[in-house]
Amino acid sequence: MSDATLTAPASGGTPKVSRVSEAIIRIAGNSQDGIQAIGGFLARLAGRSEQEVMTHMTIPATISGGPSIFQVRIGSGEVLSSGDEADVLLAFYQHSYEGHINSLKKGGIVLYDSDHVEPKPEWQKDYHHVGVPISGLTVEAIGGTAKDKGKNIYALGLVAKMFDLNIPKLEKLIGERFTSKDPSILNNALAAFHAGYSHSLGSVIETFAFVESQKKGRPQVVMNGNEAMGYGLIAAGVRFGAGYPITPWSDIMELLRRELPKYGGSFIQCEDEIASISMAIGGSYGGRVAVTGSSGPGISLKTEALGWAVMAEIPLVIVDIQRGGPSTGMPTNVEQSDLNIACFGGHGDSPRVVIAPADVEDCFYSAIEAVNIARKYSVPVILLSDQAIATRIEAFAEPNLETICQDISPDLTPVASHKPYDLSAADGVTQHLAPGTRIEDGVYPIATGLEHDEYGHPTGSPKLHSQMNAKRRKKLQTLAASLPTPNIYGPAEGNVLLVGWGSTQGPIKEAVDRARATGDSVSSIHIRHINPLPPGLENIFAGFNHVLVVEMNDEGLYGYGQLGGVLRACFGDKKIRGITKTDGLTFKVKEIVEKARANVATGLRKL
Amino acid sequence: MSSSLTDIPVRGGNITAVPANSPLERKGLTKKEIAADHPTWCPGCGDFSVLALYFKLIEKRKLWHEKITTVAGIGCSSRFPYFVQAHGVHYIHGRALPFASGISLSRPDLHLFVFGGDGDAFSIGGNHFTHTARKNIKMTYVVMDNWVYGLTKKQTSPTSPLGFKSKTDIGGATDQPINPMKQAIAAGATFVARTTHSNPNHVLQMMEAAMDHDGFSFIECLSECVEFYEGAFDASNPRKGGVFNTVPADHDVTDELAAYKLSGEAFPGKFGIFYKATRATKNANEAKVVAAAREKTASLKDWEILQKSFDRLK
Repeated sequence: MSDATLTAPASGGTPKVSRVSEAIIRIAGNSQDGIQAIGGFLARLAGRSEQEVMTHMTIPATISGGPSIFQVRIGSGEVLSSGDEADVLLAFYQHSYEGHINSLKKGGIVLYDSDHVEPKPEWQKDYHHVGVPISGLTVEAIGGTAKDKGKNIYALGLVAKMFDLNIPKLEKLIGERFTSKDPSILNNALAAFHAGYSHSLGSVIETFAFVESQKKGRPQVVMNGNEAMGYGLIAAGVRFGAGYPITPWSDIMELLRRELPKYGGSFIQCEDEIASISMAIGGSYGGRVAVTGSSGPGISLKTEALGWAVMAEIPLVIVDIQRGGPSTGMPTNVEQSDLNIACFGGHGDSPRVVIAPADVEDCFYSAIEAVNIARKYSVPVILLSDQAIATRIEAFAEPNLETICQDISPDLTPVASHKPYDLSAADGVTQHLAPGTRIEDGVYPIATGLEHDEYGHPTGSPKLHSQMNAKRRKKLQTLAASLPTPNIYGPAEGNVLLVGWGSTQGPIKEAVDRARATGDSVSSIHIRHINPLPPGLENIFAGFNHVLVVEMNDEGLYGYGQLGGVLRACFGDKKIRGITKTDGLTFKVKEIVEKARANVATGLRKL
Repeated sequence: MSSSLTDIPVRGGNITAVPANSPLERKGLTKKEIAADHPTWCPGCGDFSVLALYFKLIEKRKLWHEKITTVAGIGCSSRFPYFVQAHGVHYIHGRALPFASGISLSRPDLHLFVFGGDGDAFSIGGNHFTHTARKNIKMTYVVMDNWVYGLTKKQTSPTSPLGFKSKTDIGGATDQPINPMKQAIAAGATFVARTTHSNPNHVLQMMEAAMDHDGFSFIECLSECVEFYEGAFDASNPRKGGVFNTVPADHDVTDELAAYKLSGEAFPGKFGIFYKATRATKNANEAKVVAAAREKTASLKDWEILQKSFDRLK
């Protein structure tokens, strides 16, 4: 809470009301307690109140249950990350309390279920402790034996009281969530909510009220990155796809399976990862860009088929929601260690496009961009997202769907003749012709993985292999030339440039703000187009003494992460180094600042 | 797509529909028109006759270039699409079926034929064979079974009989071979037939029946590899002193157990349609899901459907 730090409790009487511009609330419990639901309600409320919001969650890899957290940061101004330290910790169990008290800032409030949590005396001086018998009071409020059900909604009521949240809006949200035919479910939820809201928090603490948001524009939508990406694909005109379940990709697959039939499309669950990419390429070959996706191990399995799509020049979108690897790795943790496989995975020279969305909103627009690049350049495009962006919720300005949604139905107009791999195209770009298209000269194309001539027929000609390799390369060089140079956050010249990609954009920008506020000379750029890279990077790098690539992967054998390695290969510049980590957690702002300081021996300030 | 999956959407000024498939407007293709590259197979290879009969099928049934899509994986027989003058796909090893499924499920206006060998179908692609069969995805799959890996020059294949001497089994094959017919029936294929390259009329007959079947139609076509397994199928070829016995007239093709028994007969066994069942195709099931969903959305533009979803995310 930036505007008002917590002060000593008001002595008696009504609690002090502090106006705040933002708050970070961490909810810790078990995954079956519906703590994601509390966070979801808070995020959605923020979206409807024109506030910015970002959430962060961890989920256990177990089948059911296990400790889990959901952190939500709500702000009336710009929210760049889910926050390093919480203002309020809502703890349901002893393990939640003990495990997460460290994530609460000194002087913060711990709101705990006193039926399950025994507070520790030694922590009483650093944190305001507010115990409420949440479990018991929930049973009291809604009766019966629903002991573990509803306490999340009761706790939501407590939080609503503490932050003076908009009750009618929350009631409406609860109503939209519990749409069962049995009205008693909604009634119970509302009863639990009101009981929590009416519970006296006592006179021991202050309460808070958000200052009004400055944002006035289009209404906001609130969703997580996987939802944004799924809907982005639909907006782009994708109507067919295939996949196999794997965490954290499955959400997109489930969304498309549910939604595509509404548009006349279909999403097929396949027997394995290889079948799903094959089926998706088959769909794309049919004339309309199709999608497949996966995470970690599934991407490894798909690489042979991906190489075929590169060779046969068939458009395709492949979603990779990265998780901790290698092998089965850390299925529910975040990592950015698939950059190499996304850019280079597979045998032979197989240039493909890789785009990494930077936030939830970008997941929506990147999906559309991916489809359009795939179509224009007849090439597979990988959307390189990650677990953190996939599961975190953000609010963003509602897209103008009427102008954005596109129709990419196949064009079956007969053509006089067709060379699928025409070498006379100077930029290497040729278009895929859908089957069903009549070719008047009677010469039909073969889509093939063998090196081929201009009609797709096999060739052993060394000259043709060189020419076709050049063709496949040239079209991506053509694309590269058309890409925008990333904007520099901060001054264009300075001591240190932080380079990020993917889900780390927010924390990196916040780190720049924080470091600059204390006089450091730091700027940042964020690279969305990972392969091919956008033009102009060399000029940007020239303005800085140190280029530190911030990424969630291992420092590797030579001391820099995966994007760092690519940038070094591109520019051969020794000032490019890495800030990397593989603890399975998102970067904290503090971590980036501290690691950057440690990395630059001369300090961040020197110009 | 504003229309259902069963027809290809036609909208916008630059998109025109394929002319209606009326035999009055265009006559069937000649062999000359349908033949592309000269096959690279060894002289005497059984695959030649399968290709010739595919041409005959296209000719007889008046199929057009643009309405046929020929898909194959990797292997000698999988070179097939290069020899056919039509839209074709030469995909990766073992995965022709899921690729073809993608076409089948998104382009129901095309006749889809998949050709491949026994390694493609039952070894590297075994899983796909099972699942394409059980899902009953509409296409015709002809496996040219030669009991050996030919393209890589004589290694044991999943259908090589016990005792077959290859470069990978110099003392003779010891692994129980796969019985393609049993495999297909057990997987839930709805059309299962067996034929041999040495009986052209029978091959054509099976291809026609398979093409007319609404579902996943599978044909095992014995196709001799003269280079690495010469004489493998002589016992089924009357010209080589063998016997060609068709499925008995009283065989009930809807009787799964009888079909399974027929599949277990010692070589040369019987030829013909072993099993044929009527079961909803994946294509039809998906169209049903679409139809149900479209009941509520058919009157809306695509962006309006998406807007409804976004309205719930506010």
